Amino acid sequence: MSAGHAHALYVHGDSRVHALPAHVKLVALLIVIVAVVATPRERVGVFAAHAVVIIAAAACAHLSPRFIGGRLLIGAPFLAFAVLLPFVGGGDRVVVGALSLSVGGLWGAWSVLVKGTLALAASVVVTATTPVPALLTGLGRLRVPVVITEIAGFMVRYLEVIAGEMHRAKVAMAARGYQPRWAWQGTALATSAGALFIRSHERGERVYDAMLSRGYQGRLPQLGATAATRADWARALALPLCAAAAAALAVIG
Amino acid sequence: MHIPDGFINLATSAGAGVTAAGGLGAVLHRVRTTLSERQIPLAGLAAAFIFVVQMLNFPVAAGTSGHLLGGALVAILLGPWVGAIVISVVLLLQALLFADGGISALGLNVVNMALIGVFVAWLVFRLLTALLPKTGAVLVGAAAVASWVSVVAASGGFVLEYAWGGTGNAPVSTVFAAMVGVHALIGIGEGLITASVLAAVLAVRPDLVYGARLLGVRRAVAVRADRRATATFVLAGIAAALLLVVVVAPHASSAPDGLERVASDHGFAWTGQASAAAGSPLAHYSVAGVPDAGVGTILAGAIGLVLTFAVGALVLHISARRGASRSTDDAVHR
Repeated sequence: MSAGHAHALYVHGDSRVHALPAHVKLVALLIVIVAVVATPRERVGVFAAHAVVIIAAAACAHLSPRFIGGRLLIGAPFLAFAVLLPFVGGGDRVVVGALSLSVGGLWGAWSVLVKGTLALAASVVVTATTPVPALLTGLGRLRVPVVITEIAGFMVRYLEVIAGEMHRAKVAMAARGYQPRWAWQGTALATSAGALFIRSHERGERVYDAMLSRGYQGRLPQLGATAATRADWARALALPLCAAAAAALAVIG
Repeated sequence: MHIPDGFINLATSAGAGVTAAGGLGAVLHRVRTTLSERQIPLAGLAAAFIFVVQMLNFPVAAGTSGHLLGGALVAILLGPWVGAIVISVVLLLQALLFADGGISALGLNVVNMALIGVFVAWLVFRLLTALLPKTGAVLVGAAAVASWVSVVAASGGFVLEYAWGGTGNAPVSTVFAAMVGVHALIGIGEGLITASVLAAVLAVRPDLVYGARLLGVRRAVAVRADRRATATFVLAGIAAALLLVVVVAPHASSAPDGLERVASDHGFAWTGQASAAAGSPLAHYSVAGVPDAGVGTILAGAIGLVLTFAVGALVLHISARRGASRSTDDAVHR
């Protein structure tokens, strides 16, 4: 895996969370997300507990609240759907000012917002502290088939290259005075996408030939695969298990 | 279309996760013999290509922007098996690295877009190309239709999951009208883009197109955009969207939504107050002042669709103006 390849969400650092093995962090993330999604929406206090867990993890990772908040804006498009729910929901209604809102829809909106936001915040903590190669190795350790992780590895490595080619095609178009604006001008973009596919394919063939010439035998070498110690597991799972316990109590109680 | 965490309940998400893992397992088993080591870098590059092409957003309706799902495109370019794997990898990385789609909802997204999206497209494509003469133009046209059907089918998958485990409290018929109606419009864009991309590849390297190899189209073919065919496709898509919203959606609520079900289970369904939304002009999808409920529903659906389309066109116009100078890199680094 190409060393030092950073992705959009990665923040370099040397916190304890950064140092944990990736597969341990992925398991911890899954526990938190399942706990958040399983919590009944009426248990507002339990969501506060989940938020405390995630904020504590972010603090351990030296991630500022501002950083996390900025990343949460990615989820903003779903706000639109949540805002609609109180209007279209069925059941009893309450009148707030000039608006008549569905009680069930309001709970639905709250549920979508709080669960989506908390889960997103938790995954931001993990992705901001784990470089891509480590994430992919971690997925491999969690028994994700090697075909999937290797294709993912190639995708991540060439993503910026392909995006760069698309960008250059657009610049070349603009330099010649053509800036597609209307939907029916989409053909021009689609044609350059077709050219992009051919270039991607031909690049893939060259990459494969280059790999062969460097001794590729059907499997990429695994670099820096760190095994997790018992202490790692304990450290990584302490906070998620708190969240899981809170959710379990909320479901039972 | 990317479902976030907490949108669908845990049981349904877990069920979809098992379905996705099973389906992908079967796909992987099937390609184990055919997916040579050579194809792994190629599939990775194809996944990067699909990711980049998905950044070509076309705003559709009321704030939702549709981007290419790419199910039909990968099915025809790479074959349905490799295609389903490629889309799954894209979804996995979007959830992990770009926070696009929830991690607990990954199974749902894979079922909708990688399994339903790719295989429905492939079935439609195969069916159409089996019935019609095997020319480049038919191949491109079939790809457009297959894309439309696959996008609508994928949104249908979402509605089904919502009916089983939705947490939003919106009635299933409303969600059906919104999701399937909007995606019937998105499908038009998807179909046109898929067809244009395929035509561009067929003109230079038809040997790279799995669907073309299968049909024996080997020589480079120039397929010109036919104005009449394009217009027919767009109009048919809009007509189908209207049909889905107006005729099918009102019948989609065979399963009562969560709160109503709880209410009827506990025997207080009839004690609820009459809906206070009766004042809203599109309340319960019927138009005020129109006596016949059936006609009212149809009118409400039609008005909603036209409004949606108008808003979408406006948003498209504004964002196209603003976005003309924005670079692709910004989108990668959202």
